[in-house]
Amino acid sequence: MRASHSSTTSLVTDLSLKSRPAPKTQVASTGALGVPVAPVDIEASCVSKTFAGTPIFSDVSFRLVRAEAVALVGANGTGKSTLLRCLMGLLPVSDGRVVLLGQDTGTTSHAALRGLRARIGLVSQKHNLVPRLSVLSNVVHGLLGQRPGLRHWSHRFAPEASRLDAMQALEKVGLADLALRRADRLSGGQSQRVAIARAIVGAPEILIADEPCASLDPAAGEDVMDLFFQLARENGVTVVFTSHHIDHALRYGDRVLGLAEGRLRLDATAASLKPADLRGLYD
Amino acid sequence: MTDAIPPRYDRVSAVGFLGYAAGVALIVWCLNGAGFSLEKVTTSPPRFADFMSRAWPPNLEPSVLERLGWKMIETLQIAVAGAVIGVILSVPVALLAARGLVAGGWINQVTRTILGFLRAVPDIAWALVFVVAVGLGPFAGMLAIVVDTVGFCGRFFADDMEGTDKGPAESLAATGARKIDVVACATIPAAMPAFISTSLYALEKAVRSSTILGLVGAGGIGIELKVGFDLFDYPTAMTVILMIAVVVIGIEQISGWARNRIIGTER
Repeated sequence: MRASHSSTTSLVTDLSLKSRPAPKTQVASTGALGVPVAPVDIEASCVSKTFAGTPIFSDVSFRLVRAEAVALVGANGTGKSTLLRCLMGLLPVSDGRVVLLGQDTGTTSHAALRGLRARIGLVSQKHNLVPRLSVLSNVVHGLLGQRPGLRHWSHRFAPEASRLDAMQALEKVGLADLALRRADRLSGGQSQRVAIARAIVGAPEILIADEPCASLDPAAGEDVMDLFFQLARENGVTVVFTSHHIDHALRYGDRVLGLAEGRLRLDATAASLKPADLRGLYD
Repeated sequence: MTDAIPPRYDRVSAVGFLGYAAGVALIVWCLNGAGFSLEKVTTSPPRFADFMSRAWPPNLEPSVLERLGWKMIETLQIAVAGAVIGVILSVPVALLAARGLVAGGWINQVTRTILGFLRAVPDIAWALVFVVAVGLGPFAGMLAIVVDTVGFCGRFFADDMEGTDKGPAESLAATGARKIDVVACATIPAAMPAFISTSLYALEKAVRSSTILGLVGAGGIGIELKVGFDLFDYPTAMTVILMIAVVVIGIEQISGWARNRIIGTER
């Protein structure tokens, strides 16, 4: 997963992480020296977000390339979660533009935006499973963007191929034996694993995780982070995650973006940073 | 450690005092309009005792019990059929009424206004309307229950869906799911305990309502109550009252048991 960065804001050349076929809208281009340059999956240009006149962040710009793992850090209230939602088109930006998988989320149609989201997996801090439904149904729901309709409302009606995909995703997170258990009868760690299975069942090109281990105890949190990045690494997926754990940001991220005082104050490779560099963002 | 203890009550401001005084004046005005009379309250017990002496014991003749029993079954049929159809119709109506789900703001507002109108008109008035529309009999009563249930459940189902945790819905929206898929897979399952609780309460309400719809010819046991009083056959009227009480209390007990069995302590 680790990509090399020559400077803090440079695009990354990545020659080794092509385990997944390139998406239709993204074609790996060639750099000036004839070296293939990884396609840009997410590009934020001068993005600002305001809620009821209160600025959350402004003038945020960065580019994320294929198979890069980026940690987004910052104190509470700096807009990390809001920025993630803006990147996915779940919230409109107040200014600037977001290009997601080659398409401008601000000008694309609702249907096209749904199509883009179907290529993304989201893992949230609170897991966000549907509590009264089975684990398997929750994972089948992860396919709704790609395979909409009544048959994917429950694993009971789902086509065999979708049930199989969901079971394979559960197998990857080690919970295949709990497929028929109600989601509200799982432990916190198990719930987050199911949420990861739901996020990866559609073989996404981008995984977004909003403080994935914030509601877990340290041991379960480590397990979840290890699993999440192992799965992402196996599939060459671009990852954006937020975290308050400085060690997680440096260990799992190739690159660290830091938000403070409504601005992007840090954009550097993880290898070039020390924990003390990140602590400054929380002062 | 501090010796200062906060006062038990806040001093009432002049505006607050005027507000309390206006509240008391309103209650007195309403009591006056309602013809409240202490004299009538004190003189009514002998008259009530006279009625009880003429109504007791209730009429337990087998032929009467059989006739009233069938009427009670008809009453329950009206209530159950009306409540079930009403609950089913309430789901799509509630989807239109719930803010931020599938319909835009003005559709939410129009739907909520219509639901408010359905609730504002009493079920007995709906029964009168449907007796005119479809004729005397239980079908008119059932339609009245349907309309009353849609007005009640449509509003509460919408509120229940609006109050669900938005997290699962957002996670499904993030997969690219359509609004209708998000509602079906995240919002409705999350609101289901509240739906069940509200539906069972609607059934209890329908049973209570259906017992009096017969007063206006809309079927059920209510007509027997009216005939009993009209003919001064108080023992039979007392039998009807007791049957209604037993059935309504029984339905409430069964409903409470079912609520606990299906949804446990969730609401």
